[in-house]
Amino acid sequence: MIVIENIRSMGRRVVNAVWRTGYATRFFLMILFYSGVSFRRFHLIIKELFSSGVMSLIIILVAGMFVGMVLGLQGYETLKRYGSESALGSLVALSLVRELGPVLAALLFASRAGSAMTAEIGLMKATEQISAMEMMAINPMARVVAPRFWAGVISMPLLSTLFSAMGIFGGYVVGVVLIGVDQGSFWSQMQAAVDFQHDILNGMIKSVVFGVAVTAIALFEGYDAPPTAEGVSGATTRTVVESSLAVLFLDFILTAFMFQGG
Amino acid sequence: MSSQALVEIRDVNFAYDSRPILKGVNLTFPKGKVIAVMGGSGCGKTTLLRLIGGALKPSSGYVKVDGQVIHELDHDGLFRMRRRMGMLFQFGALFTDMSVYDNVAFQMREHTDLPEEIIRDLVLMKLHAVGLRGTHHLMPAELSGGMARRVALARTVALDPMLIMYDEPFAGLDPISLSVVGNLIRRLNDALGATSVVVTHDVQESLKIVDYIYFIADGVVVAEGTPAEISTSDKPFVHQFVHGEMDGPVPFHYPSSDYGQDLNLRSSR
Repeated sequence: MIVIENIRSMGRRVVNAVWRTGYATRFFLMILFYSGVSFRRFHLIIKELFSSGVMSLIIILVAGMFVGMVLGLQGYETLKRYGSESALGSLVALSLVRELGPVLAALLFASRAGSAMTAEIGLMKATEQISAMEMMAINPMARVVAPRFWAGVISMPLLSTLFSAMGIFGGYVVGVVLIGVDQGSFWSQMQAAVDFQHDILNGMIKSVVFGVAVTAIALFEGYDAPPTAEGVSGATTRTVVESSLAVLFLDFILTAFMFQGG
Repeated sequence: MSSQALVEIRDVNFAYDSRPILKGVNLTFPKGKVIAVMGGSGCGKTTLLRLIGGALKPSSGYVKVDGQVIHELDHDGLFRMRRRMGMLFQFGALFTDMSVYDNVAFQMREHTDLPEEIIRDLVLMKLHAVGLRGTHHLMPAELSGGMARRVALARTVALDPMLIMYDEPFAGLDPISLSVVGNLIRRLNDALGATSVVVTHDVQESLKIVDYIYFIADGVVVAEGTPAEISTSDKPFVHQFVHGEMDGPVPFHYPSSDYGQDLNLRSSR
């Protein structure tokens, strides 16, 4: 009997997982379907750009600065062994533009803006604001969800770029100002090593993909949250866990395609 | 109840999964009247409002509003119908990221092309009608429970709906706010020439303001009548409900096994 019960509960979990995947896919398609309305009323996206993008600036800039400073220190320590301290600029820039910028900015965005989106939509549902909107003949997908989605997708590459820029500045402060690496070689090596299409553009593509993933997960979890305090807190946790794992997984896939031996 | 019906609910059955909520209910809401639907918690009152608003579909039977069967409407038809309805949710459901002014202006901006100056005048008129013109710059978090309910009421009637639905409008209000909200329901209904449905379990306040009352218990209409008929009714359920008696057709004790046996006072033998 215990075996049958276990098989039954396993089956139930699989069916639920399949159902939820289908529901999430449908949700994502609905966002795309109602996106036209958001772009026609761009002020809705601008309002959300402020709360998800501008409000994330501090954490992104500060984190970028510290990551760049650590890269400067660690990079110098390693490069010194081979007498190539002058390559510090290219090391810092390539690490940030290709990987650390998009990935860390996306992880920070997931915990700062993604969790806030989930909690906000979950609470809107719990306090019947979403139902009220539906009863007013206003589609919440078009009015609430789609503008937040596009705000996330637009702000992610911008935040990632700022993260990388601050990181490079942090690397410069540690490498050139504090340790004394030659300023000319720091910048010229960086300029020579970083390719716009191969490095910067690919980094931007990554951050757009991460923006889509993180925002879609955050919005879905909020919309699907049970309308209770426990339900909203669980959904917020799931957003951070799922979107962080999604960013790391997608980063591996994208890196494999973009930088295969290049 | 002779005047023309705005809402007709005929033989409606509804179940969540396999749990039946409504079992063949029939209700009629005539134009211009304020109707109360009463019953204990979980008896299907809110479900009834969701069926009228088209958020749920009946398993059988139909809900007709202004001559149209709600569950047969397509998405656009349903949304057109909803623009002519207003619903006040239990705790107001004000949009917490918008000011009082923007909450009331919300539907006007979404559904009309009115210039902002006219919207401003309309919003102030609606807020004045509920006595809260001076709060237009406040955020919902700065309002008391009663004030939030009144702002939500102003938002509900923003587009002068033909049908106004109230889901527990008296829940959690102090006696003054309760009486204010009750009077506003009556006055707004008469001023707008609308029809109102008040889902509530507040007997005393409802008896003062409504024209007709339906009692629902266990998914069926167990009694109906005018406030005068209801307050003098000798039907056991109505009597218990109106007078708030502890025991009666709705028992005090949840069904359980024998009390003596549970306390081991009798041997099971």
